[in-house]
Amino acid sequence: MRRQGSLFFQTLGDTGGTILVALLLAAAVLVPILNGLPASSPFHVSNYLVSLFGKYLCFALLALSVDLIWGFAGILSLGHGAFFALGGYAMGMHLMREIGTRGVYGNPVLPDFMVFLNWKELPWYWYGFDSFPFAALMAVLMPGALAFVFGWFAFRSRVTGVYLSIITQALTFALMLAFFRNNFGFGGNNGLTDFKDILGYSLQAPTTRVTLFAASALALALGYVLCRFLVSSRLGSVLIAVRDAESRTRFLGYRVEHYKLFAFVVSAMLAGIAGALYVPQVGIINPREFAPANSIEIVIWVAVGGRGTLWGAALGAVLVNYGKTYFTGALPEMWLYVLGALFIGVTLFLPKGVGGSAREWIGKLMARATKAKLALAPQPGVTE
Amino acid sequence: MVHAMVTQALGSLARALLLCAALFSGTAYAQAIEAKSIEDLVAILGAGDFTAKIDATQALATTGDPRLVPILQALLDGNLYARKSDHLVVIGKEQGGTLTATDPLAEKVIGQAPVADFERARVNNRLRTVLQTALGALQLAHPDPSRRKASADALFKTPSVEMIEPLRLAIEHEHNGTARRALVRALAATELQFSEKIDAKRAAVVTLAALADPDVRSYLNGRINSIPETANAEQQELKAAMTAAVVQIERRIASWQTFGNVLQGISLGSVLLLAAIGLAITFGVMGVINMAHGEMVMLGAYTTYVVQLAFRQYLPGGLDYALLVAVPAAFAVSGLVGVAIERGIIRWLYGRPLETLLATWGLSLMLQQAVRSFFGPTNMQVTSPSWMSGAVELTGGVVVTYNRIWIAVFALLVFGLLIFIQRRTQFGLQMRAVTQNRRMARSMGIRSGWVDALTFGLGSGIAGMAGVALSQIDNVSPNLGQGYIVDSFMVVVFGGVGNLWGTLVGAFGLGIINKFLEPYAGAVLGKILVLVAIVLFIQWRPRGLFALKGRAVEA
Amino acid sequence: MNAHAPATAAAASILYLDDVTVSFDGFRALNKLSFYLVPGELRAVIGPNGAGKTTMMDVITGKTRPDSGEVFFAGNVDLTHLDEAAIANLGIGRKFQKPTVFETQTVDDNLRLALRDKRGVLASLFSRTSAAQAERLDELLLTIGLADQRTTLAGLLSHGQKQWLEIGMLLAQEPQLLLVDEPAAGMTDAETEATARLLRAIAKDRSVVIVEHDMEFVRALEAKVTVLHEGSVLAEGSMEHVQNHPRVIEVYLGR
Repeated sequence: MRRQGSLFFQTLGDTGGTILVALLLAAAVLVPILNGLPASSPFHVSNYLVSLFGKYLCFALLALSVDLIWGFAGILSLGHGAFFALGGYAMGMHLMREIGTRGVYGNPVLPDFMVFLNWKELPWYWYGFDSFPFAALMAVLMPGALAFVFGWFAFRSRVTGVYLSIITQALTFALMLAFFRNNFGFGGNNGLTDFKDILGYSLQAPTTRVTLFAASALALALGYVLCRFLVSSRLGSVLIAVRDAESRTRFLGYRVEHYKLFAFVVSAMLAGIAGALYVPQVGIINPREFAPANSIEIVIWVAVGGRGTLWGAALGAVLVNYGKTYFTGALPEMWLYVLGALFIGVTLFLPKGVGGSAREWIGKLMARATKAKLALAPQPGVTE
Repeated sequence: MVHAMVTQALGSLARALLLCAALFSGTAYAQAIEAKSIEDLVAILGAGDFTAKIDATQALATTGDPRLVPILQALLDGNLYARKSDHLVVIGKEQGGTLTATDPLAEKVIGQAPVADFERARVNNRLRTVLQTALGALQLAHPDPSRRKASADALFKTPSVEMIEPLRLAIEHEHNGTARRALVRALAATELQFSEKIDAKRAAVVTLAALADPDVRSYLNGRINSIPETANAEQQELKAAMTAAVVQIERRIASWQTFGNVLQGISLGSVLLLAAIGLAITFGVMGVINMAHGEMVMLGAYTTYVVQLAFRQYLPGGLDYALLVAVPAAFAVSGLVGVAIERGIIRWLYGRPLETLLATWGLSLMLQQAVRSFFGPTNMQVTSPSWMSGAVELTGGVVVTYNRIWIAVFALLVFGLLIFIQRRTQFGLQMRAVTQNRRMARSMGIRSGWVDALTFGLGSGIAGMAGVALSQIDNVSPNLGQGYIVDSFMVVVFGGVGNLWGTLVGAFGLGIINKFLEPYAGAVLGKILVLVAIVLFIQWRPRGLFALKGRAVEA
Repeated sequence: MNAHAPATAAAASILYLDDVTVSFDGFRALNKLSFYLVPGELRAVIGPNGAGKTTMMDVITGKTRPDSGEVFFAGNVDLTHLDEAAIANLGIGRKFQKPTVFETQTVDDNLRLALRDKRGVLASLFSRTSAAQAERLDELLLTIGLADQRTTLAGLLSHGQKQWLEIGMLLAQEPQLLLVDEPAAGMTDAETEATARLLRAIAKDRSVVIVEHDMEFVRALEAKVTVLHEGSVLAEGSMEHVQNHPRVIEVYLGR
């Protein structure tokens, strides 16, 4: 191959990625089997763990989507929780419709909260959500559409860096306020909950939960492959160019805003998928998912795992969330200290994250062998 | 002696007014009773027949002595007694057969005695009317203008025909504007309701129409409804005039409401300015995104709480001035924390704004948790000093509280101070030099590290001072700062980064826009609209209202 | 391409600026600037700091919109309504004062990004390097003398090498007009001379405008010189001509 340097980056990227994809596929197959074992077996995976790790996988997909734009295009979105939540709401709306007459008020069409608010008919934007394929499509399209509109305005006007970060934060903050309103038609403060089943299977059933887990693992694996494909193409190369020297990229003739918009929309759609998979597993979606603090937390998962590595982002999401589960259970007072220290420590001492640093160490080892080749260069060989 | 002083203090207004009240209701007796002392007249109230009581009441009313108000009120309420043995008149409070007697003029408890020893002073309907008028007149002459206004307002709510003349006289002698307006309003309402002359009624409608007052509007509506369809032409004409007056009042109220919105907007703007002004330095001047800015505000609010606690403990008398101590204390606390943050974290991250953002966010989480662990998660009680409580009531139902006014003044003072520091001091010069060209400044002998630390400390200290002000209008809780961070960023971005005047305009602009949207869209939707508007605005002017142009932008 | 074609003088030019004014907050960076370049010409632009050299580049490449005046490329293409990407795709390349290469990508990737190709999002997503392109890459690497560093990350190159890589990227774009901002800044004497040689070679088959401070370098270019001062042209001609121009001596050289 002609590109040794980038090859070694790609292989390393791919080593991590290959391990990740292999692990995910193995988990998608093994976890359902192990979950099916009797509880007395030492290999039994409890329902609790299935749900917990199913949730982590959704977060990992979300982190992956953030890494795609932050790690490769330099867009730090502090509002990605909004796309996640929109995907979640789309799925939640479907699950609400699925409840049917089993709700408290027994209304076959209207969800309980609408009956409670004395609404007589379904708002138009709830039409179609009784169909699962439609809801699944919306879980991808709605975040994508919002990202398209927002990104089109923002990138066209060349809003970059911290300005962009701040307005993405304002975006999710505004959405949070909107979804808190009862008359917005999404259940207000309480959000959507009390789901019964999905595609006819009870959400409480272990088989459903394990299926959702496997679906999340597959989604993450596919998401990873997609992102890897994108960043390995010349498009990925342009995105990195935009990240490192946006102005220069423009003078090479690339429409930077189009590239950013493409990456932003793809990323939002991935976040939407993550949200749609998350909601049936946790059984609730409410406006707090839009809180700006949540979106910033996603960024720290990516930072911990290693910005620009993709697989590191997924790893970081699982690590940080495992830490969160542990600390909020064992030492709830300590969690915010830990999280805060993580933010500071990673940015100060581990700017490349776990994944990036690992890659660097391996890279240094390998570079020692090829060091001679990188010697000082001669003058340009121009002759008149 | 006290009596003499009080009487003197009342001045000529009260005398003339009350004399008139007496003359109006019963001139013949005026001279006869003139010679009698207040004590004698009070004695008559306890024992005399109804005619004598009426005369005495009217005579008492002419004295204008505010001490008489409780006595006449007691008589009206049936709490005035005379001792059977010696006709001593007392104000009594009966409980379980025992009467607690108070000397009516000295207002001192004399002692307790069986109620059977006393005879209750009786009243009939005629006396009752005279008493009410006399009470109204006495209160209209009260030395305290707010009491005079209160009694005028009471007369507006329940007008009575007897009060027309006293009101007229009171208006003539009233020098206090607020009280005078209340008197005019009460007189107009009384005349409209009771005057026999249609001209007086018409004039009253004209007077009322000039007031932008929701109470007058409802009063007029009541009057309009009281005139039946079958009323004569004169009444119908009056009704039409009142209807027109209501329209006029409504229009005027609307414009006052607009003005009120502007005031509210300015008030919100000054809060935003306080919250954003420190950010304008750290973000605008230094280019550092400090997500822990809100926590600097929060620390300032907690400092206020601690200072107040210390005052309550060691210097309760000075509690009113605790805030004056809290301002520099909060500046010091937040400023020092700011310097520590700059030296400990931010200086390692210059040129990496996104990393700075993340690290300071982490710091904000830790600070919140630290405060939560130390002070507890509940809201802390911070009291307002007396000079900050209360409100000014403007026409048209517009109310401005003193603490809002103080906060606006404080915000502008802080802003002015900052401009002064930036423009007129050596430190300000160094600050500008370092932010414009660090290397050049350093080569000229400026210790850029120190300037950075102090600039950041200044921004944080100002945030702390904002916390003192916000503790007066918001809950002092660990989450205090979180509520302001998005808004503060919006202000700085809207106004234009690196421009303090832009921050000023941005804060007041957003405050006013917000308050104008609220009546139409509600508070939450209004806020959403403002956020959306800012997002769109940034498309149009990516670097804010007052952006720097040209080469400076490239850096 | 443009509705109202400019005067005949413009028609024969590769670059034509007339009466161009740009101001920032009242400061006139360009003041009725007129500038004319014929195809194949190599031109050096000099002037003290703040003379408007960089602003002129910004106007030509679409980074800054002029307040007034006309800017035409290749005779009849109005540049004042196009953005940077469109102008770059017309065939105008720009090299910045500070070498800007994509530091986290290899020399190869840097050149590959600059190669003439479709610039669309989907096109680049599915693009593969053709044999012709690979050949062109090898050729470019030889020209700029970085053939041995093709797999090195651009960030690891020396300052001079970065300058050459950037020039190589410009060549990869195959522009008709090249704008080069202070190519010799911060270079050693040997590097400066090599750079001058490189630019003279490039100028053989395209038009080049070079902004430079270094008088020795300008002399080495053997080109016509335009002196800018306070946003307008102060003098124009050979190096000897401008060096002896009294106004030039006064404001610039004579200091």
